Amino acid sequence: MVGARSFILTCLLFLVPLMAKAVEPDEIMPDPKLEARARALSAELRCMVCQNESIDESHADLARDLRLLVRERLQAGDSDDQIRAFLVRRYGDFILLKPPFKLETWLLWGAPFLVLLTGACIILVARRRQQSFAPANLLSEAERAKLDAMLGDDGS
Amino acid sequence: MIVETGHYALVLALALALVNSILPVWGSIKGDQHLMAVAPSAALMGFGLVAYAYLALTIGHVQSDFSLINVVENSHSAKPLIYKITGVWGNHEGSMLLWVLVLSVFGAAVALFSRSMPEDLRANVLAVQSWIAAAFLLFILLTSNPFARLAVAPAEGNDLNPLLQDPGLAIHPPLLYLGYVGLSITYSFAAAALISGRIDAVFARFVRPWTLIAWISLTLGIAMGSYWAYYTLGWGGFWFWDPVENASLMPWLAATALLHCTAVMEKREALKIWTIFLAILAFSLSLVGTFLVRSGVLTSVHAFASDPTRGVFILLILVIFIGGSFALFALRAGEIKQGGLFSPVSREGALVLNNLLLTTCCATVFIGTLYPLALEAVTGEKISVGPPFFNLTFVPLFIPLFILMPFGQLLPWKRGDLAGVAQRLATAFAAALIFMAVLAAWRGGPALSVILSGVAFYVIAGSFVDLGRRLLGGGISAGLVSQRARGLPRHAFGTAFAHAGIGVTLLGLAATGWGTEKITALKPGERVEIGPYELIFESIVPRNDPNYSELVGRTVIRAKGAVVATIEPATRFYPARGMNRSEAGIATLGLGQVYMSIADVAPNGVVNARIFWKPLVALIWIGALIMAFGGCLSLSDRSFRVGIARRARKAQTPSPQPAE
Repeated sequence: MVGARSFILTCLLFLVPLMAKAVEPDEIMPDPKLEARARALSAELRCMVCQNESIDESHADLARDLRLLVRERLQAGDSDDQIRAFLVRRYGDFILLKPPFKLETWLLWGAPFLVLLTGACIILVARRRQQSFAPANLLSEAERAKLDAMLGDDGS
Repeated sequence: MIVETGHYALVLALALALVNSILPVWGSIKGDQHLMAVAPSAALMGFGLVAYAYLALTIGHVQSDFSLINVVENSHSAKPLIYKITGVWGNHEGSMLLWVLVLSVFGAAVALFSRSMPEDLRANVLAVQSWIAAAFLLFILLTSNPFARLAVAPAEGNDLNPLLQDPGLAIHPPLLYLGYVGLSITYSFAAAALISGRIDAVFARFVRPWTLIAWISLTLGIAMGSYWAYYTLGWGGFWFWDPVENASLMPWLAATALLHCTAVMEKREALKIWTIFLAILAFSLSLVGTFLVRSGVLTSVHAFASDPTRGVFILLILVIFIGGSFALFALRAGEIKQGGLFSPVSREGALVLNNLLLTTCCATVFIGTLYPLALEAVTGEKISVGPPFFNLTFVPLFIPLFILMPFGQLLPWKRGDLAGVAQRLATAFAAALIFMAVLAAWRGGPALSVILSGVAFYVIAGSFVDLGRRLLGGGISAGLVSQRARGLPRHAFGTAFAHAGIGVTLLGLAATGWGTEKITALKPGERVEIGPYELIFESIVPRNDPNYSELVGRTVIRAKGAVVATIEPATRFYPARGMNRSEAGIATLGLGQVYMSIADVAPNGVVNARIFWKPLVALIWIGALIMAFGGCLSLSDRSFRVGIARRARKAQTPSPQPAE
């Protein structure tokens, strides 16, 4: 666990010895509305040669090409969905940092709800079961005295 | 020579760990005190041997002994001494050795500080620790030997990755390991309790301080790592939902849940099965994290530990320890009797809900991290699960947790009155609403930021409602309050601070919505406005250090005409590896920060700059510090203090103590 991002950067720095940077000044579009859309879109697109970085953050050349491509399409009047669809056709679902909801991913998206529901059911069943049993006293008299001594007098 | 003795010490440590894996357990089954008494001495000696091995490797690094492969690959004679020392854990082999060192430190600590524990429990705890130690020592000796020599030593080493030559990253791994490996103690306690069949409040009492230590270290370690990423990576992000980060977040979530349910088990003897389960789970997640990071499974070609034999070995350790403990759990869980009853509206009830939500968060992170790997293995299809997924699932799960936190603090054990508690929180709630209204009118900005700030305010205020009531209720005078404060247990303060800490972090996170950013090319002498400040980019100054050369962009920050700070963002070049690294210039002004990073310095001094104003951003990490402070307060509670139990018992029974 030496540094969350060191691996990525290690790889990157080897790939790109002369470091470029994320979103360069010359890429920025004159129309602030389009630029804002470009940034929002870029943040959801994965840099294909990095590990878990968006093209908005990435230093890689490929990310720059993609950023420029996104801006080109925006300039041409494409909608966000059209641009995403275009990129998925070209690179597959891998490029989307937000996985699409489909047969292969329903378990992923459904997981939090399933876990929450299962947990809630377990708690309910456990309560039911618990109520049908009398509470047990597991400690012997001597152990209870010992425990009381350990707990001291703070009984909050 | 000293290197060889270090290697030898490691082999001895393995032999000792194997002995200590068996004899104490055998002793506890047979009721043989002599066999059980082996455990503490062996644990102490194991610590001595591993510490010696670690020292030997450190000496190799400090002396730049380039006949060692490990030193050649990760060091350079011109590297500053501090990075020669920290460089020991800045690589796979060394960091695994640190892992085992921390493990042996905890083993020795249990041997020293848990004399009041029932003898069979202690013997079994130390035996289980030895199983883990043996597995990892074997891993080091067979697949990751840090003491491997070269037949012909080169004159110079390859240097440490420049990204790791940073004070922040120097202390990040040891802190994180204290957390990861600290959870091994809770695991060992759970396994030992299952073996000896003693699952009661005594168990919870002994396991809680160790959980706290691990939790504090993890909290600090994660915060440190996040701050490091923030100032090193140059785009001002601090959390990326990167698998490697998730690997440390999962044990943290499990440890947080465990901390809360040991409280229930200790006070009320309830939730025993669940506590044991979580204790096993927390360390299992640490092992999963170690596997994810160390095996290179996440990055295939990119990770620096890409040797598949290592991955398979750790996977084997994972299967044996997780599988084994859960099998033991399944075998014994049926025998665990239910403890105290409680109504759904009670502190126990609130803590059950807390555990449900935290565990769901943990499962979400787990599934989000591993789903792409599983899908690729099964169907060959590659998908990405990035920040948008986690923001959409994790955040909605965490918000109810924030809302419930103050309720949990105020509800009494066994049976509570929800309306009464809500009434007591009404002030905090109303104050939060006013705070939100003021924010919305004053700053405007994204609705989410306003709402989250309100929640944060409510959490912080709500954390202290209980304390305030107990300190100020019924007459306020300085003497009375300080008298009451002394009477209150420290862990009551600890809880309040830890809860307020996460509220403070949330406030810092919410405030990111008010940040501004500028990406621009700057000429020397050019001015830029950012947030309430004005930046003047003065000039590019070249500077040299024995280890690197850098181009520094001197920039002055002014507010209302007066200079408030000077920052020096830089790009550095490390000749030994031929690598570049950027160094952000950060000025902390109030609780906010002006952040600037530069790149692409042109010959005429024009740079590409990325400049941010991040209001309240420091709160993100200050919150973590407050959380850790709360943890330390709890840890200093007199009921946890070492020896208290022993003294109390001695006072009661003046008869001679059995050998401990």
